[in-house]
Amino acid sequence: MKKIGTSLILFAVAVLLSFGVTAHAKKDDGHSLGYKADKSDACVAPTSFMRRNHFELIKHQRDITVREGIRHTDNDLAGCVDCHANKDDAGKFIPVNAEGQFCADCHQYTGTTMSCFSCHSTVPQAEK
Amino acid sequence: MSEMIDQKRREFLSVASKAAAATVVAPGVFLHSMADAAPRKEAVTDAVRYGMLIDTSKCADGCTDCVNACDSENGLDMLVKPEGASDEAWDKQRPRWMRSVKIQDNLTGKVSNLPMMCQHCEHPPCVDVCPTTASFRRADGIVMVDRHACIGCRYCMMACPYKARSFIHENVQFKPTAAPRGKGCVESCNFCVHRLDNGGTTTACQDACKHEAIVFGDLKDPNSAVSQALAKAQTTQLRADLKLNTGVRYSGI
Amino acid sequence: MKKMTFTEWGISSTRYWGILAVIGAIIGVAGLATLYMEHEGHWVTGMNNQVVWGLPHVFAIFLIVAASGALNVASIGSVFAKKPYKPLARLSGLMAITLLVGGLLVLVLDLGQPARLIVAMTQYNFKSIFAWNVLLYVGFLGVVAVYLFTMMERKANQHSSKVGLVAFVWRLILTTGTGSIFGFIVARQGYDAALMAPMFIIMSFAYGLAFYMLMLMFTFNADGRELGDKMFARLRSLLGIFTAAIFYFVLVYHLTNLYGTENHSYEAFILMNGGIYTQLFWGGWILAGLLIPMLILFHPSLKNSRSAVTAAALLIILGGFAAMYVIVIGGQAFPMAMFPSHTIIESGFYDGVNGAVATYVPTLAEFMLGLGGLAVAVIATLIAVRVLPFLPATLSDEATDPHH
Repeated sequence: MKKIGTSLILFAVAVLLSFGVTAHAKKDDGHSLGYKADKSDACVAPTSFMRRNHFELIKHQRDITVREGIRHTDNDLAGCVDCHANKDDAGKFIPVNAEGQFCADCHQYTGTTMSCFSCHSTVPQAEK
Repeated sequence: MSEMIDQKRREFLSVASKAAAATVVAPGVFLHSMADAAPRKEAVTDAVRYGMLIDTSKCADGCTDCVNACDSENGLDMLVKPEGASDEAWDKQRPRWMRSVKIQDNLTGKVSNLPMMCQHCEHPPCVDVCPTTASFRRADGIVMVDRHACIGCRYCMMACPYKARSFIHENVQFKPTAAPRGKGCVESCNFCVHRLDNGGTTTACQDACKHEAIVFGDLKDPNSAVSQALAKAQTTQLRADLKLNTGVRYSGI
Repeated sequence: MKKMTFTEWGISSTRYWGILAVIGAIIGVAGLATLYMEHEGHWVTGMNNQVVWGLPHVFAIFLIVAASGALNVASIGSVFAKKPYKPLARLSGLMAITLLVGGLLVLVLDLGQPARLIVAMTQYNFKSIFAWNVLLYVGFLGVVAVYLFTMMERKANQHSSKVGLVAFVWRLILTTGTGSIFGFIVARQGYDAALMAPMFIIMSFAYGLAFYMLMLMFTFNADGRELGDKMFARLRSLLGIFTAAIFYFVLVYHLTNLYGTENHSYEAFILMNGGIYTQLFWGGWILAGLLIPMLILFHPSLKNSRSAVTAAALLIILGGFAAMYVIVIGGQAFPMAMFPSHTIIESGFYDGVNGAVATYVPTLAEFMLGLGGLAVAVIATLIAVRVLPFLPATLSDEATDPHH
């Protein structure tokens, strides 16, 4: 009984700690936020809000765009990619979900899969 | 090239709207003549119904300009045959939104050329059969697939009387922002909806046709180019007996 | 009738695990084939933009149709109150579940986006028969599970016939839904027939019963249980009648089609010049699947031979596969009539140029997926009968005599 109690407490502590660690996963240690994002002051919404809710924004927007045709928005996925993609030394865009890039940093740590980029472009594309 | 056509259309429309202003000015016409390149801010409504008239007598033998333009606009020409696939098999599996078809009258032997794509029916069988509402008809008449909801069952492909839909059989390397696509979903011509939703008024195929065989526009606007062309020509729907009230009409066959 | 006891399948441990190992190996290979197809995409299959449903769908639809038919035996016992069939009801309900699970597995794993199954379960277009089928199939599993419970839990026995009626009606609606997948398609000449739904129902009767008889005879033989001649004769006669009924439906379908000139090209395709489809129709569906079994099942001496009847049941199943292949794939291969009174002489998308039929060559991976579904159904049945008392201890003439 005592053994179970101890391991339960340890487990609870580990879970609580992980929340705290996650909140600081994206440390400001020279990581680039994106070739445009680096130069901007703010994102679409405050960073803490975006961390927890960006997927809700994108998911809600996709229906609005596809079914209602509304494209005038800050919540479009292409907009995210446009800001947060980085360029390599040759000046070519690196896929935003590649290892070490903007998306993968958090997503790899939290172990959550994104299925967006099986269909959506991972680099900004020139407007036609 | 496209700007020139746009300009001509704008001039035509402004003249037409001035004439109509004497009686009743249709709100849609007014909006058209003031079109700008702004992304749409409000939801589409059924005040507009997009449609197309294809004049097969103007369709040149052997010409595939519209098909090539569609492929290029929607990233279909960037698809690569998977390593290990045979050319023959890949040609049957690669997506095709628009294709050119040549038909011959069984009695007279007369040959006609025409492009075929999704007919954007008013009563689309593909929408009826889709289990998840992924295949849907937008308020403005465009029949398309919401790829987010598509589970890749291909029932819509079975049901389409025009064989307009394609399934993506392979992992996609280049994903155009204008037309996202990925393995396992179904897609078809969407009247260049990325253009229309961003303030455009023409489709890529229409712009590319040198022979002016394709006229695209608002079927509900009596003064649009397509409505005026439909009023003049003897037109037909493909497989009219199915009573689907297609948005794409053909003349000359 | 004497009180019937039910016991677990009692074959030797070695034999049991041996059978499971063989079937398990098949499932293993099928699993690898499925992972390969899912990872690479459908380009590795024979399916393309002209023939969009292939061998996996042939297997899946066949298993689903057989599943609803397998429940028939139980329904005859409860809904139609035929006492001799009551001991057969448990295995019948079990096979309805396992065959359906096997079929659904194949169907789901062939989806372009199988991970989006949750979308299919939560977002519905109720004009789509597919959407209804999702609810009907899953609901059927639940209803039959409850039905089995009422049969196997003594205190619930009193509810057995009521639940049995629900299950019976449910499976009729379910099979109607399955046939309507094709019946509702206006686009293609091979489908778009109201007859498809009742034809699928009558097919389910025969295929389900054939599967059931094979499983019953196999498990009984292996375990040394007696299947009396009288019970055997009842099941055999039913099988014969159901097969004859399919024959009638096929006849009506084709004769009706042949009457209308607009269908002549499609009928010529199926009946005369469709290559593999014609061969499968005459050789598989009609000859092997209907005529030879009917000959066996109605022949004065052959019908009493256990091995001949087993062969008939196997042939009916093979004929059923052939039927599904002709319907599902033949119906897609035949070009659509988009330009009446015209011939398509060139096309950029394989629109049946000069009447050409679309090609489909099944691949091994697709076959393995389909076979895997069948293997799952079989292994689930064998594990269930081993672990729980589904099988009646005996079906001897004495035990199944309704007059005692």
